[in-house]
This record gives sequence, C-alpha cells and structure tokens, in this order.
Amino acid sequence: MAAPLTLLLIVAVTIRAVLFRSSLAELIPERVEVVSPLNAWKRVVEGLALLDLGVSPYAGDVFHETPLIIYFFHFVIDYAEIVFMVMGCVFLLQFRKQKYALEAERYPLDCLELIRTPKEMYYIPLKVAMFYLLNPFTILSCVAKSTCGLNNAVIALFILCTVKGSSLMSAIFLALATYQSIYPLTLFAPALLYLLQRLYIPVNWQRSSFWLFTTQYTFMYLGSLCVMVCLSFFLLSSWDFLSSVYGFILSVPDLTPNIGLFWYFFAEMFEHFRLFFICVFQINVFFYTIPLSIKLKEHPIFLIFMQIAIISIFKSYPTVGDIALYMAFLPAWNHLYRFLRNIFLVSVVLLACSALFPVLWHLWIYAGSANSNFYYAITLLFNVAQILLVSDYFYAYLRREHHLTHGLYLKRKDGSEATLVLK
Amino acid sequence: MGLLSDPNRRRALTKLLTRLNAPICVMCYLAGVAWFMGLAFEPFTLRTYMSENAMGSTMVEERFPAGERALATGREFAAHKKKVGGMPVDWLVKTMQSRGLEVFTQSFTRKLPFPDENKERYMVRGTNVYGILRAPRAPRTEALVLSAPCSEGNNNNQAVEPCSIPTNLPPLCLLLVPSGGDWSPLQGRGGSIQAALSLELSSDVITSLDLVLEGLNGQLPNLDLANLFYAFCQKIGVLCTIQGKLQRNDWDTTSGYSHAAQTMMLMVLKQASGRPWGDHGLFLRYHIEAASIRGINSFRQYKTDTTTIGRLLEGMYRKLNNLLERLHQSYFFYLMPSLSRFVSIGYYMPAFGLLAVILLLRALDLWVQLGASPPGTEDGPSSPGVLSILTPVVISHMTGVALYTLPILSQEMAVQHFPVSETEAVVLTAIAIYTAGLALPHNTHRLLQGEGTEEGWRVLKLVALLYLAVLLGCTALINFSLGFILALSLVPIAAFITPHTPKALSAAIMVLLSPGCTLLYCVFVFQELQETPVSLQDGWMLFLSVISQGILDHALYGSLVYPLLALLIYPCWLLLWNILFWK
Repeated sequence: MAAPLTLLLIVAVTIRAVLFRSSLAELIPERVEVVSPLNAWKRVVEGLALLDLGVSPYAGDVFHETPLIIYFFHFVIDYAEIVFMVMGCVFLLQFRKQKYALEAERYPLDCLELIRTPKEMYYIPLKVAMFYLLNPFTILSCVAKSTCGLNNAVIALFILCTVKGSSLMSAIFLALATYQSIYPLTLFAPALLYLLQRLYIPVNWQRSSFWLFTTQYTFMYLGSLCVMVCLSFFLLSSWDFLSSVYGFILSVPDLTPNIGLFWYFFAEMFEHFRLFFICVFQINVFFYTIPLSIKLKEHPIFLIFMQIAIISIFKSYPTVGDIALYMAFLPAWNHLYRFLRNIFLVSVVLLACSALFPVLWHLWIYAGSANSNFYYAITLLFNVAQILLVSDYFYAYLRREHHLTHGLYLKRKDGSEATLVLK
Repeated sequence: MGLLSDPNRRRALTKLLTRLNAPICVMCYLAGVAWFMGLAFEPFTLRTYMSENAMGSTMVEERFPAGERALATGREFAAHKKKVGGMPVDWLVKTMQSRGLEVFTQSFTRKLPFPDENKERYMVRGTNVYGILRAPRAPRTEALVLSAPCSEGNNNNQAVEPCSIPTNLPPLCLLLVPSGGDWSPLQGRGGSIQAALSLELSSDVITSLDLVLEGLNGQLPNLDLANLFYAFCQKIGVLCTIQGKLQRNDWDTTSGYSHAAQTMMLMVLKQASGRPWGDHGLFLRYHIEAASIRGINSFRQYKTDTTTIGRLLEGMYRKLNNLLERLHQSYFFYLMPSLSRFVSIGYYMPAFGLLAVILLLRALDLWVQLGASPPGTEDGPSSPGVLSILTPVVISHMTGVALYTLPILSQEMAVQHFPVSETEAVVLTAIAIYTAGLALPHNTHRLLQGEGTEEGWRVLKLVALLYLAVLLGCTALINFSLGFILALSLVPIAAFITPHTPKALSAAIMVLLSPGCTLLYCVFVFQELQETPVSLQDGWMLFLSVISQGILDHALYGSLVYPLLALLIYPCWLLLWNILFWK
C-alpha cells in the first residue's frame, strides 16, 4: 500500500512542479474558472503588500481572505508553491486512517454481493488519493495557487478527526473551516450525527445523554470559532475583516463570471429586488441540510459527502477546486456503481462543458463574437450535470439500503420480477 | 425526469437505439450533408439587411473631386517604388504630410522559422507608414482605418490615392501596413478604432470590386460591414463580387444553384484554412471590424474610374462615422452564398449537429454493450487495465507532439544529409512523421503483454469517440468550416471502425479519409472552384506549399489550424487506427 501511494505522490508532485515552471503558470491564475475573488493568489499578494505598508489589507476591497491566512502566508510566502503541494498531500493522508465498519451479518443472503469485501476497501484510500491528486481540476487549482487548496485540506482534516472520533479536534477544524468560508457550517449536523453514532447515543429528543453531548459539541465548536474571530481581531486590531470576508461571501457584490450561478442573475437584477434574491440564493445552500439530515441520519458519512457537494455547487463563488473536493470522495462509494443510472450522460456533459468553458470565454471576451449568454449556458449545463451526479449517487445509496433490507432480487406478490421506480 | 429515471422506458429506448444504430447513423450523415448543401438554395437563405440603425440611409451626396490627382499620385508611387526597389518611405512620408496628415513610421523585422518559398524571404522586414488625419471639429475619441498593403511588383500602386480624401471628413487614421512582427514602438495616437478597411487596387481602372471577409482563424467581421459595402455598390453602380463571383438571379435553375453553392464552398474552404485572406484579417483579433476590398480589372466593357471608387469609400466612411458604438447588431457567424444572401449560425449549425450526433449515438451504443457484456466470460482478465487504454492514448499524443515540433527543429539536420531546401525539409519531415504514425499499432502491441481484449478496444473506442466529439464541437464553435470539413471526413471512420471490419479495405478507407488526405482534396477542390484546375503534379506541389504556409502562419500570426491538426486531430485519428489493428 505504501509503495503505490508513494509512486502516486511522486507523480503528482512532478506534474505540479513541471507546470509551475512552464509558461502555463502565468495563464492559469488568470482563468475565472480556477480562481475566484475569494481565493485568488494575486489578491493574497496584494493583501500582504498592504499589510507590509501598514495599511489594513481590507482597504480597497481587493482582499477577501481571513486574517489568519494572511499571517500564515506572511511567513511562508517564499515557499508558496511547496505549501500548496503539501496541502494536497495532507488531504489524502486522512483517508489512510479511515476505517469502514464491516456490515453485520443481519442482511438477507442474496445481498452478499452488495456488501463490500475487505479486499475492495483496502484499495479505496489509494483510489481516493488518485482521484484527488491526479484530477485535472486539482492540478489547475494548485498551479494557480488558489487558497481553495488550503480550504480543502482543512475540511479533509475535519473529516479525519470526525471519523477518528475525537470531538474536540473535529470541532476545532470545523470552526476553522467555517471561519474560512461560512458554508461548512452545514457540516455541523453530519459531524454531530456521526459522533453520536460512534458513542452509541441514540438520536432521541428525550434522552439526556443526547442533549449533553450536543451541548458539549456545540460549545466546543462555538468556542473555537469565537477564539479564532477574536484572534483575528487582535492580529489586525479592527473588525474590518468581518464585512470584507463574511459580508463579501453573503452579499455577493463582485459579479465576475465564474462557474457558479450567481453572477448572471445578479448582473441583471434590479436593485429593488436584490436583497430578496440574495437571501433566496443563500438560503438555498443551507436549506438542504434539514431534509438530508432527516433522511440520512443513520449514514452521516454519506451526508457529509452530500453536504460538501451541495456547498460546491451552490456557493456564491465556486471554483473547480471545490468540485475536486467532493469528486475525490466518489471512489469511497464504488459499490454504488451498479445502481447509478446516468453516469454516462453526466460524465460526457461534465467533460464537454469543461472543454467548452475556455472556448466560449475566448469567443466572448477576445473574439467579441459571442456574449455572456453563451458562457452562462455552459455554466448552467455544468451545474445541472453536477446536480444530476449528486442526485444519482443519492438514489443509488438509498436503493442499496433498500436492497439490503428487502433482498436483491425483488419479487412482486405473485412471484414475478419487480423493478424499482423512483416517483 | 421520466426518461432518466423510469427503468422500463430506458430499457425500451436503449433497445431501440442498439437495434437501429447503424441505419440512424447513416441517415444522420446523409441528412447533415444534404442540409449543408441545401444552405446554398436561395429560398432557404435570408436576404441581407442593415441591422445597425445608426447606419441607416443618409441624404448626403458623395463628392470626390480628386480622382485625377489620385491617379497621378499612384503613378508617382509606382515610379518611386521601382526606383527604390521596395517601399519608398521618404516619398510617402512627404506626400502624406503635404496633404495635411500627421505621418509616422514604424519599422519591424521578424525571423521566420524556415524560409518562405512563396515569397522568397527568410526575414519579414519592412516599414509601416501611417498618417493620422484629425477632424477639425469633432471629438477625437474614435478612429476609422484605411489600410493598403504594399507588396512587390506592380500590385497595389493605386491604393495610395486615399491621401487625396478631403479634410472635411470624420476623424480618420490612415495606415499603410504590410504585416506584423518585431516592431519599434508606435508614436502617433488616434482614437479607439471602430472599423477598418483594407484596400488593394492594382490598376488605374477597375471593372468590379471584390469583398474579402475571411480573417485569421476563420473569424469574420460583422455582417453589417458586408451589407454596407453591398448597399454602396448598389447606390453608386459599381459591380461587386464575393469570392470573385458575380451574383445571379436564376436560383431555380441547376446552374444558378451550383453557382451559389460554389460561392459558399469557396467561403467555407477559405474560412477553414484559418489564414487571413487580406490585411483586414489581422484587425479582427482586436475586436476591430474590418474587411478587404480588392479591385479587379477584367475584360468587361464598363470600367469604373478612381473618382467613383473615391466616392464609394467616402460614402462608406461617412456611414461608419455615424456609428455610436461598435458594430454588434448584426451577425458574427454566417456564410454567404452570394453578396445579398446569407446563412446565419442558427441555420448552418444543425448540419454539424447532425454529424456530431452520430458520434454520440455510437458512444451510447458502446456504453450499452460494455454494460451488458457479462464479466468473466473472456479468457484472461475481463476488465482491461487502465494501462492498456492509456498506452495508445499517450503514444498517439506523443506522435502528435513530434509532428508539431520535429519538422522545424530538425531542418538543419535534414538539409545536411539530403539535397533539399529548408522549406522542403520541413514539409517532407512532417509528411514522414505523419506516415510513420501508420506503423505504430504493430509496435505498441509489442510493449503490451499479450493481445488486446474485446472489452479493451470498446473502451478505447468510447474514449476516442467522446474525445473526437468534444474536439470537433469546440472547433466548430470557433471556426465552423474547419469543424465541418473535419467532421465530414472523420465521423464515418470513427463511427464504423472496429477490429472486425475487413482490414485491407478499412485501412485504405482510413488513410483516404485521414486529415492529411482531406487537406489534399480540399486543395484540389479549391482550385476547381476558383476555375483554375490543376494537374496532379501541380496539385501535389500546391499541397506541399499549403503545409509550409500553414506552419508559417502559425509562427507569424498565431493561426490555430496547424497546432489543432498536429496536436489534437492527428492523435485522435491515430487512436482510431490503433483500434483497427487491435488484434
């Protein structure tokens, strides 16, 4: 296991090093699909320059990162490329430690083929590592030096700590992720559910052990968050960062085209309705937590995956680095492959749209022959394909659960073969 | 969502698609070709019209009093050019200054990667002379450009007449620009350029004016510019042509239809070559709508003199001066079967779409086959390793990279060992690498252990089909003609090649429909359409010069045709060739 992993690491680092030194290293950080106003490297450098001059980095509305990031980069600015590569490697470390519980023998006999063998699961960390490190989206994001890689690493560490069962570390990393961008707040519910499951505390409103643990975890999380926010205040001696970072994420003032859904809408929105639609769009990200948590309360790891996917699709400034994060988890659900229905369509559409993004950008901005509608059409198609992918995995997961309880070959009451239809 | 989620309907649909796959593909191909040919049929096209309101009718009568003076200046220019043996920069500067322009010069040099045999130069060197005519009372925020290329020999002497345009015109910036390269910095400043016209006149009197629209990488100017030209030719009464062909009114006869189809095919072939067919082609990259006007002197009775041309230009510039914003109202993507008729993107894209759908149908069919094949029935490993699919892909792309870089890099070595000139060395190396790629499958299989499996070639073909579909789609968006011509030749072979088809016949068809041979046919067809058919020998020489021009265009102007063909289309074709020789 160590040998293939090391080989993979070497290959990934080589590819990134080669790209860093090539002429593409100037082209890629300019691409809007790879960097957003929140995590562009140019803006980090700008913020650092302002900090060195003694001015608040948030003056001028260019820099939108949190103060901890700016101090982190203050020290490692010379080794920026290495930092980003290391972050990618940190990500995959967390999967080495994951253990999947073997499912018990209580399922009907014909479902044996559905249950994963230890041999299959042995290779999952390697596959996840491959999916993340060799994903072109991740490579582009790393070469562009987008701080998305850092955010991904923090979320990965959070998942590692949650799975290992250490609630304090999990709360701290979740607070760090939320501090970076608000959206990981929705990961609170799945983390709580997993930790409860691990401690064998049933999710029952009347049980005191449930409330005890919940308040414990909430306090740890909110405490760490407060500590970080106050630390940021003391580092920069002002509360500027609140409106520059969180105000920026929530109120979406910058409408540079990206692969998300916000920019086109708000470019043509009347001022009168802007607040209403901002609220609608932002609630859209957070809202899915409630029904998903209710449905998937016994499967918190899958819930984490769904939440991360929903954040990546519906957040205000998505980039391809966010997409790479949830795509890296797909090999963990290899066993759902036989129940997926639209994987061919989804992969073809994602591939075609990724190829068409730069073409239509060129036609719009450089050739002047197309306009923003063409680019937004591709953005819409890309997001629809992602939503289809996520919902397909959801369907497959639920279907597998159904088969595990009711048997693999379903029969109607008269004995003929039945088919499952999603209505 | 019924189609995507209801398993019964899905099963029925996939069964239908699998059963009728080949007939549907053939029908789609024929429908695509028929649709494309039908585009030239007049009832299916739209009449051109001015979309930009600001360029509507004006009540002004154009006056161009300086016709004789322009002729005299032209003759002087020719004399000076012959004396100096190149471009008479000093005389030009003096003459333009005497007309009241602010004149500047800019020198440039550019070294070509290998000598250009057509124009017999290794270095592009020259001087741009440009003059700025400032409008006396207007705000100086915009500019229009009139440019005239200065080439050797007797061409284009008469283009110097713009100097005689009176000064009561809108703000103008006059440029004389041969071509681009390493340059000294520009000095004069005009406004932001709204539109540009390039003028090529080779004789004192002309019989007709030809409009050239195709620019670099197949980019076309806004259709309003062509409409403007046509409207003025009608008003002043000058004969105008496109692709050198006059318009005909008998669309319902076969010869009338074939005339329109020939005009359209000429435009398609010119656009597909990706070359700028006039100096205007280089302006288009910078969002400046530009067109070239070429004067043609043929054996007609009625000749037009310089005064009329001057009036035409004056009228066009007056109209362009009225523009409040850049030309954007009319179409940017179109085909013109004649100067008064056009086909917009909404009408010609379905032809390409029908061809692309064939690739997607075959891919779907392969996917269903791969899903339905029961695992473990083959002797040996049932699922092909990633390595056995990755190897042909990597090797094909390496060959593509070799085709792109080696010809230029190895020209010195080739010249030392063989008695050929550098240009021939480059072109022949390219053809040699291209043909060497045909021998690849036999060598690839020695690297892999054992023979390829049934499932292996299916997965590889699926990858190749999707890759080709995405590639052709992106190409058609940027340069429709190139995408369509490549689709016409590559889609049939991509759809029907399997290791089980008869090897000799399939190999012959694949070579005949490969990108290189498609280029050869296009050269012959182009010559036919221009009414200068060539013999096989001359056609072959022309083909070689087309390859060298393509490489030079890429080096000089950044044309994308050569890298696209070498780095992306050729490896895709090689993948299909690998599939043919899978066993």
